[in-house]
Amino acid sequence: MRLVVDLTKCQGYAQCAFLAPDVFTIQGDEALTYDPDPDEAQRTRIRRAAAACPVQAIRLDQLEEPRSPRPPIEAPGTAAAGGGNGGMFKRSGRIVIVGTSLTGLRAAERLREEGFTGSLTLIGEETHEPYDRPPLSKQVLTGTVRSDDTSLPRRRTIDADWRLGVAATGLDLAARQVHLADGNRIGFDKLLIATGVRARSWPNAAEAALAGVLTLRTREDAATLRQLLAARPRRVLVIGAGFIGCEVASVCRELGLPVTVAEAGPAPLGAALGSVIGAIAGELQIENGVDLRCGVRVVSLEGDAGGQLRRARLSDGTTLDVDIAVAALGTVRNGDWLAGSGLASGVWGVACDAGCRAFDANGLVTDDVFVAGDVSRAPQPMFGYQFLAVEHWGNAISQAEVAAHNMVSGETERWPHLAVPKFWSVQFGTEIKSVGVPSVADQVAIVQGAVASRRFLAVYGYKGRIVAAVAFNQNKWLDFYEPLIEQAASFPPSFHHVDEPADAQPVQAGFQPAASPTQDATVVVTGHYPNERRARLTDRRLP
Amino acid sequence: MAQPTIWEQILDTANRANPYPYYEELRKTPVTRLPDGSYLVSTYAEIAALLHDPRVSSDITRNPAAAAAGAAATGEDGDGDGAGMTPTFLSMDPPDHDKFRRITMRHFGPPTTPGRVAGMEERMAEIVTDLVDDMADRGRIDVVDDLAYPLPVTVICELLGVPPGDEQRFRVWVDVALQSTDPGLDPETQQKKRVEAGKELRAFMQELVDTHRRAPGNDLLSAMATDDGPEGRMPDEQLVSTGLLLLIAGHETTVNLISNGALTLLRHPAELQRLRDDPGLAIPMVEELLRYEPPVHFIPFRTALDDIEIAGTTIPAGASLTLVLAAGNRDPAHVTDPGLFIPDRRNNQHLGFGGGVHLCFGAPLARLEAQIALTQFATRLENPRLVSDPPPYRPSPFLRGPSHLPIDIDGVLAPGQEN
Repeated sequence: MRLVVDLTKCQGYAQCAFLAPDVFTIQGDEALTYDPDPDEAQRTRIRRAAAACPVQAIRLDQLEEPRSPRPPIEAPGTAAAGGGNGGMFKRSGRIVIVGTSLTGLRAAERLREEGFTGSLTLIGEETHEPYDRPPLSKQVLTGTVRSDDTSLPRRRTIDADWRLGVAATGLDLAARQVHLADGNRIGFDKLLIATGVRARSWPNAAEAALAGVLTLRTREDAATLRQLLAARPRRVLVIGAGFIGCEVASVCRELGLPVTVAEAGPAPLGAALGSVIGAIAGELQIENGVDLRCGVRVVSLEGDAGGQLRRARLSDGTTLDVDIAVAALGTVRNGDWLAGSGLASGVWGVACDAGCRAFDANGLVTDDVFVAGDVSRAPQPMFGYQFLAVEHWGNAISQAEVAAHNMVSGETERWPHLAVPKFWSVQFGTEIKSVGVPSVADQVAIVQGAVASRRFLAVYGYKGRIVAAVAFNQNKWLDFYEPLIEQAASFPPSFHHVDEPADAQPVQAGFQPAASPTQDATVVVTGHYPNERRARLTDRRLP
Repeated sequence: MAQPTIWEQILDTANRANPYPYYEELRKTPVTRLPDGSYLVSTYAEIAALLHDPRVSSDITRNPAAAAAGAAATGEDGDGDGAGMTPTFLSMDPPDHDKFRRITMRHFGPPTTPGRVAGMEERMAEIVTDLVDDMADRGRIDVVDDLAYPLPVTVICELLGVPPGDEQRFRVWVDVALQSTDPGLDPETQQKKRVEAGKELRAFMQELVDTHRRAPGNDLLSAMATDDGPEGRMPDEQLVSTGLLLLIAGHETTVNLISNGALTLLRHPAELQRLRDDPGLAIPMVEELLRYEPPVHFIPFRTALDDIEIAGTTIPAGASLTLVLAAGNRDPAHVTDPGLFIPDRRNNQHLGFGGGVHLCFGAPLARLEAQIALTQFATRLENPRLVSDPPPYRPSPFLRGPSHLPIDIDGVLAPGQEN
């Protein structure tokens, strides 16, 4: 049977691990891992676990449930869209969703929940039905869960035309058609773009082709990496200490494998948490036996005659004998297929308004093209109206729901997507959880707990207001900080509370100044009169 | 004589059988200041927020109301501590709370001992089967004395390693200690009773700890008395108070959960029939019971460490807070049809076990016991009928439940003969 836990909600109460201990496991204080496709014999225990969850974070597959099919939810306000063309569209319109991962699936379910009865087509490049990715860098790599057993549970039937294993290759906005790799063209009245991201490959193509050099994003990636890890490599090299890199390193240590992490920046997780808190994540690595090298780049990867990776040369002058190199270099947004479509799509993803409506290249908002999930970039009113791409699991769901709602709602019924971004990571038995956007901060202060015990809470500030909070094994307190972010409460916090640390003075958070991803967009504007003026994106990437 | 306040009416034993109309009245002012300067919080969102608010302390030594009641060393969950008792994690703040809770959890649940509670399922079923078998040739039974009390007390004694015969000894003192938590009694009487009962209970537990340390068994007290985990062992006097906390909180609240559950089912015959037809319904139903008729009605003696603005009121630093869980559970802003008992209610988030870092330590045990007990109650008792409605209640307004629940039955079905 399939299940998924919304680990964004999970506060580590462990009720599930008490009641269904063969399915749910707590590591350390509060980090939950689980089997997403447990044996049917566990059903009673799993139902107990799901019912007991204090934050109701466990979702079972409703299609597998023997009883009580859920009636469609009529969301408040949607009835108003029943008038005029909106009502007609909701009954018999055509919606195409490109992307069949978490966002695409959730949007499809939500459209049906909203009462959309028209035709629904889901197009996905991968051959699999929607699956969950977080287990791929954790339970799958340790070997406790098979990569194929990560399919997402379904909340309801969606009665869709699935086109799996075929990529979308183009979009003709004028003709309202999506072009597919197999030559087919699918017409739509409204379109949702949810093509997500892919892993950034090791830039040297010859080296990237060596056996043992890989990235981690898909089921296949995870299956391959698991197989290689199970063969007990001499050493694993992880290139890049973002979340994927850190989690892979954590699994290696759990498996007792020697691992080196090479991070070009000053600390692990520097881009997400800043170098001050990142340095604490670095201490976790070192304590757990990781050979962590910050400020170090991988100069080259070398293979043997058979094309198998054997060595890595590092910028610190050392050479490592390694059998596996995991390039954990971040992601590339899957917007290539939209080139020339007239949408504002580029390396920064697809820009959209707060209601998930895509912008065209002129900066005009479209009416019928929506975008959600990792590929999107939307303004965040809470964070200075910056356009932010939020590649978090919870965001994929909340944005999908808003996009789906807006696709079938009249203008006055639309919702803005204003969810506070949240993410989590489990590494070295420690749960790291964040609410808000740490990376916009200038300062950080440890406000609860103690760094030495790896149980603490850090609050991030930007120009005197709170913009984020990050917990290491203290995530039950984050519910308190989220409203402080929403209300722009003053930073540093000055109130008295439990577990005050000896030194709560703010320090510079240590984010490296990042170039705006849109600054390299090359746009040509043509035309003289206002009715002629048009912007066009051109592809002038450096060779 | 002045009109009694809503709170006084809630505390009044005359209203024990149905305090819910008063809770409804109380919710009209989500944060209420009492004449003694303490505050009541009665709406779901506000209670949930305060349970996760680090400005709220559980350290009983900081609480003015507890000091006034002479309860400076009393845990708020009715752990029956006497004056001078070493505090348990129940009435501590992080980091001490977290540390001692972890040390205790080490032998009870995840991450170190994940299978312990789930592994007791069969034994629980066996105990319930025996208890129901014993009702066979009796026309009238008492759900409290014959099922709701003996199940959890047997389970917690076996878990802790308390010999079966000892129940007779500690029950008397526990009753005294629990009566002493009744806010209706005057502080002096409370204090006196607590001291007496506390002394006896401490001596009893110390003796048990000593015995288990000399000859350890496969039980919680032995483990706690002998095992040195990565964070060390608890000092002996704290081990004694923690042992008492687990023993008493480990069954008193579950008694109420099971008897409230049986009473609720008898008041809702259609739902009782549904449970007979589909025993799996017990799983969500126990969550609904925890919402609808929670065993713990409020959490007293939390303290504001700073001014807290909530629901338009500023609770001043130093004030004592009482979180009225039972009122929050029926807050219409949180749940639709809050006054209806809907056993398969979806997405049932409730305050039955509190929340935040102090969430009920024994919650999984209570859930499993209640599910098993109420399932057999529904499927094996033939034609159960309430003798009186409402039944007599125990005096405590915060650990609320019937003192007895007499029912008439036509007989008992053998296990496996249901339906």
